[in-house]
Amino acid sequence: MRRFRLLFPLTAFASLLLVAAPAFACGGLVAPNGTVQLVKTTTLAAYHEGIEHYVTSFEFAGGGKGEFGSIIPLPGVPTEVIRGGDWTLQRLVQETQPQPEFFALAATGAEDAARATVILKTKIDALDIVVLEGGAVAVGNWAREHGFLLPPDAPEVLEFYAKRSPIFMTVRFDAGRAAEQGLAEGDGTPVHVVIPTTNPWVPLRILALGAPAEAPIEADVYLLTERDPALLPAPLAPGIASQLPGNIRPGLVLEASQEASTTLLADLRSDKGMEWLPSSGMWLTYLRVDARAGDLDYDLAIDASGAGQPSPRAAGLEPEVVSDTGGLEVSPFVWTVIAVVVIFGAFGALDRRRAGRPAI
Amino acid sequence: MLRRAHAAIALTLLAACALAACAPAAAGTGGRTVRITIHQSAFRPSELDVRPGETIRFVIRNTDPIDHEFIVGDLGVQDAHERGTEAYHPGLPGEVTVRAGETVTTTYTFANDDLLFGCHIPGHWAYGMRGVVIVG
Repeated sequence: MRRFRLLFPLTAFASLLLVAAPAFACGGLVAPNGTVQLVKTTTLAAYHEGIEHYVTSFEFAGGGKGEFGSIIPLPGVPTEVIRGGDWTLQRLVQETQPQPEFFALAATGAEDAARATVILKTKIDALDIVVLEGGAVAVGNWAREHGFLLPPDAPEVLEFYAKRSPIFMTVRFDAGRAAEQGLAEGDGTPVHVVIPTTNPWVPLRILALGAPAEAPIEADVYLLTERDPALLPAPLAPGIASQLPGNIRPGLVLEASQEASTTLLADLRSDKGMEWLPSSGMWLTYLRVDARAGDLDYDLAIDASGAGQPSPRAAGLEPEVVSDTGGLEVSPFVWTVIAVVVIFGAFGALDRRRAGRPAI
Repeated sequence: MLRRAHAAIALTLLAACALAACAPAAAGTGGRTVRITIHQSAFRPSELDVRPGETIRFVIRNTDPIDHEFIVGDLGVQDAHERGTEAYHPGLPGEVTVRAGETVTTTYTFANDDLLFGCHIPGHWAYGMRGVVIVG
């Protein structure tokens, strides 16, 4: 039987948030023996006129190793999944992080139980992409039946996301097709997902999927919104994060929050599939995720509407009210109480009837 | 008078219900049946009390979309399975594979020592998928 590795991709997501937008995953590479190789990820999520645009890159991990796959929670049903532009993510990194000289030169030259329902299938280069709708168990079953190796925390993590959105995107790297297309190890394939949504959030917890609790999770998250967004959890300022003891990871750090320069927007607009981006009036936020895997039990809620009220539910911070009942059984005590109520109710009704009163 | 009679009958039925609900289910072979649910890669319950020499019929239900195992034994047994490569347990006493969404049974007779139970699919034991059986 073929074995696949579950790759949480080297992702870049950009979102221009008007009201807010989610973005995806990346992070762990789960091997058939259950070990995880962590990779730092970059994602851009952008939200503009009620449409969320995700741009993320899936890195090819090498030929001759079978196929690789990822599962990414989405905030809504995508209308398009297309090949992303070639330099959008790199240009954002260049905008916010000092680059070594060689990089700058290179950049200038490069431009339930049930069954899950398949709602979109497409191929982009060596990637096979399937968008699914279903609960945690249904999506997990689909993934398992299609050769994905799910780590032990997958049931809990899938349920964490399915409670908010039943939409998941699976991405599989076909090593054979990659070889035919001449992809080399480390080459990325950008993917651009277009999602109409009114409730944007950025999945962060998925980054820690399959990782040991002590493992460091690192990612760069870029947001492009129509105004300065309110975020939940509130990120730390870089100055505060740098004062933490060495063994404490800050979680979310707000590295940059500024009006997007017209130069940046012009460069991004010139990339493939990015013409929808306004030429001015956008806000750029750069967040650095630096967390212990065991602590990364939240997502990033974004409110760019100006109301300043990011949703605790969207951040995954609301206390769980209803959990999957699949594993829970009614205790004997509860059955006893139910029996008491039924028995006394029956006799009470009988007494009232005998007394000539109507039973209520 | 009639009310008192009904109350007495109700209390008797209540006591019977309580006894029936709280008493362990008897297996056809005379052993106790213990139901264990696997949910989100955790055993529920994760701690059991048995008597020395008692035979327990385990009914294990896996509600997860991934496969699991239920292996009963001491630390040596658990270590051996953790290092082992056996991909599927066809059903030795106290050693079964529980496929995603399935319910399986296995029977085990306990001696005098406390034992562990757990899952040794790669990464699952380290994730905390284990429980303890207190014999005494």
